[in-house]
Amino acid sequence: MDKPSARRGHFAPPRLSLRFAAVWRRNFLVWKKLALPSVVGNLADPVIYMLGLGYGLGMLVPQVEGVSYIAFLAGGTLCYSTMNAATFEVLYSGFSRMHVQKTWEAIMNAPIALDDIVAAELVWAASKATLAGTAILAVIAAFGFTASPLALAAIPVIFLTGLCFAALGLIMTAVAPSYDFFMYYFTLFITPMTLLSGVFFPQSQLPDAVRHIADALPLSHAVSLARPLLLGQMPQNIALHAGVLAAVTVAAFWLALALTRRRLLK
Amino acid sequence: MPLEISGLVKRFGEGSEAREVVRGLDLSLRPGECFALLGPNGAGKTTTLRCALGLTAPTAGDIRLCGLPVPEQAREARMRVGVVPQLDSLDPDFTCAENLIVFAGYFGIRESEIRPRIPELLAFAGLEGKDNARIQSLSGGMKRRLTLARALVNKPELLILDEPTTGLDPQARHLIWERLRRLTAEGTTILLTTHFMDEAERLAHRLAILDAGRLLAQGSPREVIAAHIEPQVVEVFGEWTGNGQSAGPESGAAAWATRHAASFSKRCEISGETAFCYTDDAAPLLAHLAHQPGLRTLHRPANLEDVFLKLTGRELRD
Repeated sequence: MDKPSARRGHFAPPRLSLRFAAVWRRNFLVWKKLALPSVVGNLADPVIYMLGLGYGLGMLVPQVEGVSYIAFLAGGTLCYSTMNAATFEVLYSGFSRMHVQKTWEAIMNAPIALDDIVAAELVWAASKATLAGTAILAVIAAFGFTASPLALAAIPVIFLTGLCFAALGLIMTAVAPSYDFFMYYFTLFITPMTLLSGVFFPQSQLPDAVRHIADALPLSHAVSLARPLLLGQMPQNIALHAGVLAAVTVAAFWLALALTRRRLLK
Repeated sequence: MPLEISGLVKRFGEGSEAREVVRGLDLSLRPGECFALLGPNGAGKTTTLRCALGLTAPTAGDIRLCGLPVPEQAREARMRVGVVPQLDSLDPDFTCAENLIVFAGYFGIRESEIRPRIPELLAFAGLEGKDNARIQSLSGGMKRRLTLARALVNKPELLILDEPTTGLDPQARHLIWERLRRLTAEGTTILLTTHFMDEAERLAHRLAILDAGRLLAQGSPREVIAAHIEPQVVEVFGEWTGNGQSAGPESGAAAWATRHAASFSKRCEISGETAFCYTDDAAPLLAHLAHQPGLRTLHRPANLEDVFLKLTGRELRD
């Protein structure tokens, strides 16, 4: 007689608890040791791109959607660098902890379930992405590309964007055989999405057929929320955009968890 | 009871690709004893431990860990268990002390509670004063000892060790053994897997030999030896000239064994260049061998390794 528990699917609903906080704290304590280089690393690349493209291309395109190109670019930069920070964390660092260092295995021997560990990775990556995003927001404000107090409302958007891309990245981590595998995710998903989501140019420039796809991408929804806020306007369709990001987070986390359970609980 | 397993079956895969790794295993640990689970690679030792900890769901069978049903209440049960896994899983980004503090956090133990115990835990692991040492600077033996200290942060009733001394030098092994003995003397129950017979013979109050997912023998080391094998072993090796009789095309201990072993021993196994003769009384065999120039002998009491090889065979397990 087989026990029903053996047949219980890996797709059972996530069983979450506050115990995830101990695992989150572990990641935070490691990060704290290298906090400064980590923040600078997260900051340097997007800021250089924003200033380089913003001033360089900005000379050629003086106005985009009624604002200077660099002010247009600021909101996009904020979103895609948040996406990258969350993605890198769950892919490379997450894979190290899961596969290389066997940190997750050690934690599972303690009274913490895998569901809590994956949830901690999700929230941790979003937290780190929020830190990176907020630092970029500070740079944007310091350069005077945003002057509205509404820009502060972009911080929850950053967190939600971080959650969304952490969840998507965790799917990759769950199925990755090695670090090399992540290159596919970047070249086939992250990079095209960055180009299609209105980060560098308005989506109105895209052909209609492409535009429908581009509109559905999670990064598009993040940009639709963050850009107006940085420009001092209330975004339109807030519920729709936030709803899509939240829905993708939940669905992707569930799938990632199922795949991780399949990988580790056998 | 620290651990009770009955009728444990674990199958991987489905249909024609299904592999049964554990096939109906019964095991019961008594409080305060050290129990060794022996078996060749692939015998199902690690799978049994994973089932016991609730890290994988059994296909069939009942498990109670510290009195709680597993996997249903595995998490609660693991509050009272310490684990030393086969592979090192220390946090390389933390110092020795930080590893203990963070791991205690997984049990809900606050830093203020664990910090005063750190000198004692590190001393137990023979790592006095290594509080701030980085993990990369530790030797393999030191890492394993720190992993042992880490498994004790929650003062476990049951300590589970998966091949705790594999890859360690003799000095490091002896230190681990001494510490494990100290733990059982203090009342901690220990379950360890190993394929070092001397480790099991020295440490275990009771042991079980596992192969292909089934228990082949169980009891104290002496009981298992007495129940499964003749008490005396004579190992025979070297050149055999036939002592006047024609040795035939083959020579050596194997040739001798095919002619004579059966008359002097109950059982004889040939492995490579050596014949292992098992007997209740070695005197007639030794007298005979004294007249066989070229052959050399080693007479010794039977040990656990003899039992293990008898029960699990001499073929390689890769």
